[in-house]
Amino acid sequence: MDVVQLKRQLIAFTELLYREGFLDEQFNQLQQLQDENNPNFVAEVVTLFFEDAERILNELANNLDQQSVDFKKVDAHVHQLKGSSSSIGAQRIQRVCIIFRTVCNEKNVEGCLKCLQQLKHEYALMKSKLETLFNLEQQILAAGGPPSI
Amino acid sequence: MAVAGAVLRQNLPGNMDLCGKTGKGVPEFHVLAVDDSIVDRKVIEKLLRSLSCKVTVVDSGSRALQFLGLDGENSSVGFDALKVNLIMTDYSMPGMTGYELLKKIKGSSAFREIPVVIMSSERILARINRCLEEGAEEFLSKPVKFSDVERLTRYLLRGEADEVSEFGKRKLPKNCDLEVSSPSSPSSPSSPSPSSSSSSDDSSSSSCSYSRSSSPLPKRCKSV
Repeated sequence: MDVVQLKRQLIAFTELLYREGFLDEQFNQLQQLQDENNPNFVAEVVTLFFEDAERILNELANNLDQQSVDFKKVDAHVHQLKGSSSSIGAQRIQRVCIIFRTVCNEKNVEGCLKCLQQLKHEYALMKSKLETLFNLEQQILAAGGPPSI
Repeated sequence: MAVAGAVLRQNLPGNMDLCGKTGKGVPEFHVLAVDDSIVDRKVIEKLLRSLSCKVTVVDSGSRALQFLGLDGENSSVGFDALKVNLIMTDYSMPGMTGYELLKKIKGSSAFREIPVVIMSSERILARINRCLEEGAEEFLSKPVKFSDVERLTRYLLRGEADEVSEFGKRKLPKNCDLEVSSPSSPSSPSSPSPSSSSSSDDSSSSSCSYSRSSSPLPKRCKSV
């Protein structure tokens, strides 16, 4: 596939991600910050986010597995994830976090478990979409095209 | 101020280099950023570096105090710490909150003059009031955008307190400060006001900040 086709694919895919709410304006902010001095900035931030999110999801699973659930801890973790997802523009994850906090406030364990499931699902989706995005960018670079979208 | 403005403009190349580079007569603008989130630390650092600021990033209030020499253990203040021009701190942090850090800074004779900006993803009016009353320069909503940081460093660079409140008085906090300034957009004397409207909806991504200079109490306006 030539560079032009790849770029079209990238643009279309990116637009789709915005339309479906996977990404919001904040992601664009990050892309604007990327430059020749920091050509991997977005990928680096996203990688940090993945690591952080996975850590939090594991902690949440632990928290909710306890005999007596510490809802303060659960809330603190969800708050962290809400913050970092909003910082990279991961809108759908952020929205689940908002619901999660409400449910957590009600001290509803079942509800929390459902939210956790949904978070895991959204996270997996997000991860796969962003990996596809970065993959496309890498292909464009490899095919000799300029790095930016 | 017109002269200072001219000097600043002279030193600005086509891209946004607000904080100045040493050797051109404009000192480097040193920002201490405090945030427990690794993602947010990376983003704020990049935002500030893209404006050519010198940045020190730490992950907690206690580390910030250590850096400033306010932790009580180290009586001598590091050379670096003496030249901090701005402190930006997250509000919700484990251990010491941004508010507690703010109080400690404002309670120190050496550092109370340094502007402190609080960042938070939660727009709780009582919280905002508390911070502004304690002396915070501004309260920024997260996620923090390039335009927020650019505006902030711009008016602090220009900023005698008089000039800041001059800006504040001129502005009508009606419209949402939603625009994202591109790196090539020119600065104008009437740049957007520190205060802007916000939606009470938690999921809104509109940019919002509250400033001491624009009004004694922040106005909570509905977004358009």
